[in-house]
Amino acid sequence: MDIATTFEAIVRGDKEIFPPYLYEAYQSTRRRAPKQPLIETPLTISELTGPGPYLSRVIPEDADLTRNSGTGGEAIGQRIIVTGRVLDEEGNPIPHTLLEVWQANASGRYFHERDQWPGPLDPNFIGMGRCLTNDQGEYRFLTIRPGAYPWKNHYNAWRPAHIHFSLFGPNMLSRLVTQMYFADDPLHNLDPIMSSVPAGKARERLIAAYDHTVTEQEWALGYRWDIVLRGPNATPFENARQETGEGH
Amino acid sequence: MSKLPLTGSSTVGPFFSIGLLTKDMVHPVLASPETPGEHIRIEGRVLDGDGAPVIDALLEIWQANASGHYNHPAAQTTGTLDPDFSGYGRTGTAKDGSFWFETVKPGAVPFDDNTLQAPHLNLTIFSRGLLNHLATRLYFEDEAATATDPVLQLVPAERRATLVARKDPKATEEGKAVYRFDIIMQGEGETAFFNL
Ligand SMILES: [Fe+3]
Repeated sequence: MDIATTFEAIVRGDKEIFPPYLYEAYQSTRRRAPKQPLIETPLTISELTGPGPYLSRVIPEDADLTRNSGTGGEAIGQRIIVTGRVLDEEGNPIPHTLLEVWQANASGRYFHERDQWPGPLDPNFIGMGRCLTNDQGEYRFLTIRPGAYPWKNHYNAWRPAHIHFSLFGPNMLSRLVTQMYFADDPLHNLDPIMSSVPAGKARERLIAAYDHTVTEQEWALGYRWDIVLRGPNATPFENARQETGEGH
Repeated sequence: MSKLPLTGSSTVGPFFSIGLLTKDMVHPVLASPETPGEHIRIEGRVLDGDGAPVIDALLEIWQANASGHYNHPAAQTTGTLDPDFSGYGRTGTAKDGSFWFETVKPGAVPFDDNTLQAPHLNLTIFSRGLLNHLATRLYFEDEAATATDPVLQLVPAERRATLVARKDPKATEEGKAVYRFDIIMQGEGETAFFNL
């Protein structure tokens, strides 16, 4: 199957990295992509702050998706560890920042009323996880490998296995929602959502690497995936206030 | 120093409520009765390019408190910190595309060393079909500073009204002023979004 790759001019940030708003092969973009140019704005205190530092209420159990359903039971599927570092563009770790993840279960079904395809639900798997990065910017989730799932975008459309990630980072520039994929998935090149990210390195960076040093004996397979968030140095503006660092 | 390449963005998809609207992460009410400032309610709808309600959007707001201070470690010259007011709100749209927040009207925050910005909320919108989030601002029609705000001036004049919330003649039962603010993702009356 050939995926039409219609790239429109309206892109947020770097068009070598970020998908365009309008990507016709992903049908939901057609009525939701803005058509007017985005407004360039200086970085004021409104952009150089954000809720990230405030949001820190998690408990360790939130990072274990195999056991956080509240049933006391354990999710069915291939147990995996997903870990990595959250960094800024200079390579500095971003400590104590919230990650929120959500995913389908091992059979590719979401625990959501609007997901009604006949993949079996797992009562012991909600598919929600949260954690904070540590001092080194590292995060770690224990979960099960999600299944691929069908969607109605086009005939016989299936999303490759993926985990949704949401991150705040230190300010409004660093806010990111994205999806992490697994290597060697034959569905990658058939998927308009993955294909909306420019081909090559930008797309490859969304794929987690199998890492045998993360794998734990007789317990879980290990995957490593680092995330780089935008910082204020990417687009300097003369008028911008760029005061950071001093606490209250 | 060479920069690390950024991680690309993607859509939240239709099932984000599993991960993002967990019980303690739904924050449509930002202010408690004790929070200093003018207590307000914001109501609006998210509409797509056909004018149809967007029933699966996620909205986040980020704002200064009534004294013009953001709850954030970045150095600030205005206002005073209220540790009980985060300035952060998150909610999903309902089946008719509607959303609401209850908060206090933010104070003016600095633009540069000599200029203030008009009171505003920073708004971020996520949904199925949005491969990147949308960033915009909500200003208030009854704030005189709105007309001269240095960021709003960067928006083409004919589009500025899309960022200005209108005061609804009705108020809430508790006497809060109600402001209307619709977000039009595409087409006629399209909301102005920032490259952020
Ligand atoms: Fe998904």
